[in-house]
Amino acid sequence: MNPLWIPQIRAIVQLELKKTFFARRGLWIYFLALAPVALFSVHTLVELRLQGPGHNVSGIGQDTLVFAGVFQFFFVRLAIFFGCLGIFMNLIRGEMLDKSLHFYLLAPVRREVMLAGKFLAGLLASVVIFTMSTALQLLAVLWKFDSTTVSHFLYQGNGVSQIGSYLLVTVLACMGYGSIFLAAGLLFRNPIVPAAAILIWEAVNPVLPSVLKKISVIYYLKSLCPVSIPIEPGMAPLLALLVSNAEPISGYLAICGLLLLLLALMAVSMRSVRRLEINYTTE
Amino acid sequence: MNKEIVFDDVSKFYGDVLGVNRVSLSVPPGITSLVGPNGSGKTTLMNLMTGLIQPSRGRIRILDMTPDEPEKLFRLVGYSSQFDSFPRGLTGYQFVHSYLRLFGFDRATCDEYAWRAIDRAGLREAAHRKIGGYSKGMRQRIRLAQAIAHNPRVLILDEPLNGLDPLVRAETIAMFRSFAKEGCHVILSSHVLHEVDIISDQVILMSGGYVVAEGNIQEVRSEIHDQPMQILIRCARPSELASRFFHDEHVVEVRLHHDRRGLLVKTTDPERFYLSFNAIALDGLGIESVSPVDDDVNSVYEYLVGSDEVTR
Repeated sequence: MNPLWIPQIRAIVQLELKKTFFARRGLWIYFLALAPVALFSVHTLVELRLQGPGHNVSGIGQDTLVFAGVFQFFFVRLAIFFGCLGIFMNLIRGEMLDKSLHFYLLAPVRREVMLAGKFLAGLLASVVIFTMSTALQLLAVLWKFDSTTVSHFLYQGNGVSQIGSYLLVTVLACMGYGSIFLAAGLLFRNPIVPAAAILIWEAVNPVLPSVLKKISVIYYLKSLCPVSIPIEPGMAPLLALLVSNAEPISGYLAICGLLLLLLALMAVSMRSVRRLEINYTTE
Repeated sequence: MNKEIVFDDVSKFYGDVLGVNRVSLSVPPGITSLVGPNGSGKTTLMNLMTGLIQPSRGRIRILDMTPDEPEKLFRLVGYSSQFDSFPRGLTGYQFVHSYLRLFGFDRATCDEYAWRAIDRAGLREAAHRKIGGYSKGMRQRIRLAQAIAHNPRVLILDEPLNGLDPLVRAETIAMFRSFAKEGCHVILSSHVLHEVDIISDQVILMSGGYVVAEGNIQEVRSEIHDQPMQILIRCARPSELASRFFHDEHVVEVRLHHDRRGLLVKTTDPERFYLSFNAIALDGLGIESVSPVDDDVNSVYEYLVGSDEVTR
């Protein structure tokens, strides 16, 4: 490995982090990340207000189920998905639209190194935003319970491992969707087409043949989620489809599968960035 | 190490649209101007040299390097492009400094190089202002500062004098000259032909994606045999001098200057003209000066491409 790569990647990450965290056009990503925090906070506040004779707060078990639902349906499938779309698509395609990508391409940096730096910056930004959100959501859920209940849940139940799993899933989701949208930003001019296709692909994952199932992010993430949502008899078919995990795999396999998917997508991106041409007039 | 920039049968097509076609060039050190109207292929050649686009066919070598090795190429090459966009929210100083950070230099070195380049571009006072608030000329200068910040051996500049006021323009031209004097390549594009005349050691004339001529402008002019060379002779007795030229078969036209103190001679063979003129000059006709009037870029371009193209 060339010893210059590390300082070059560091310089790229610093520049990109500033752009990603403080960009006005990225504000919606914060809203998306904080929406479930707001939801759980409001729910907790309402429950605390109603608390009193004749009304007890719901049990921690029920709340972990609600949290699992919001986490799987909204947070992973929509918030992280679209958040990563906004962050990672901007890394290359956004700069092509801004006509500023040549700044990097005119520096003595291998294009693969530039891509690695940009990916790392996007990953850091998305991980910070979304793991913070996950942590705040959990805090909002547990806030209404007294300390004995919480410590019992954390240390005698499997609370710590659940929280760890949710944080891990958040990080892996950022890695998975990040690599997908980085590649999509290099391969497609219009982000809406690949985003819609991937969203549908992820949604129909449970009904895909076994081989195709593995070419997705949600397949691995679902297997890592610590609480599975029971399919109730009256559940809407679409909801049941999204919840079901017909072929769950072990945690290690899920992590390895996701990392393999990430490596494959990064290889595609690296190949594509080598051939990338700056022709802003056609953007 | 090969000190030349070499294009070997290079073509670039944007889909069906021609960028440049069958370009073969060998550019020596010094100031080289790419001349041609908009759409003639100047920027395409520059983008090909810097690897921002890849040739559809042919090969390019910059001092023995290929444009697809940016990690080596941009240690020796600086490119001030025409793209008027910058990473968001940066000041002039941050722009140059962060560019230098990509070289892997430590902060102190980046700081030193950045200020040196900013000073050469005359932007010290505005260095801590956001580029978004810069005027067109200042943006041009900060791009120039970025291009020279790492002391490149090859400086590629797309319309570098656009938007500069006359004083800065003169300083910038002097800077290009000092680079060329040090043995560097300074390759610039321009459609302001009189400017090119002043600056360039050699020119590359382009039209419609083709190189129509290259080299020292006087040499290029002497190769255009179908257009007689025009020579202005300032003298006290122009009518008498004119009568002496009528005997020379290579002189195709002689015209008195409107102030009647000079003569415009058109000759198909400048060498023979100067030989016979040397003999005539000794006869005491009060000759003050002799100068060719159509060996500038403007005339050469007009002869080769046509007057419509020059002004386009």
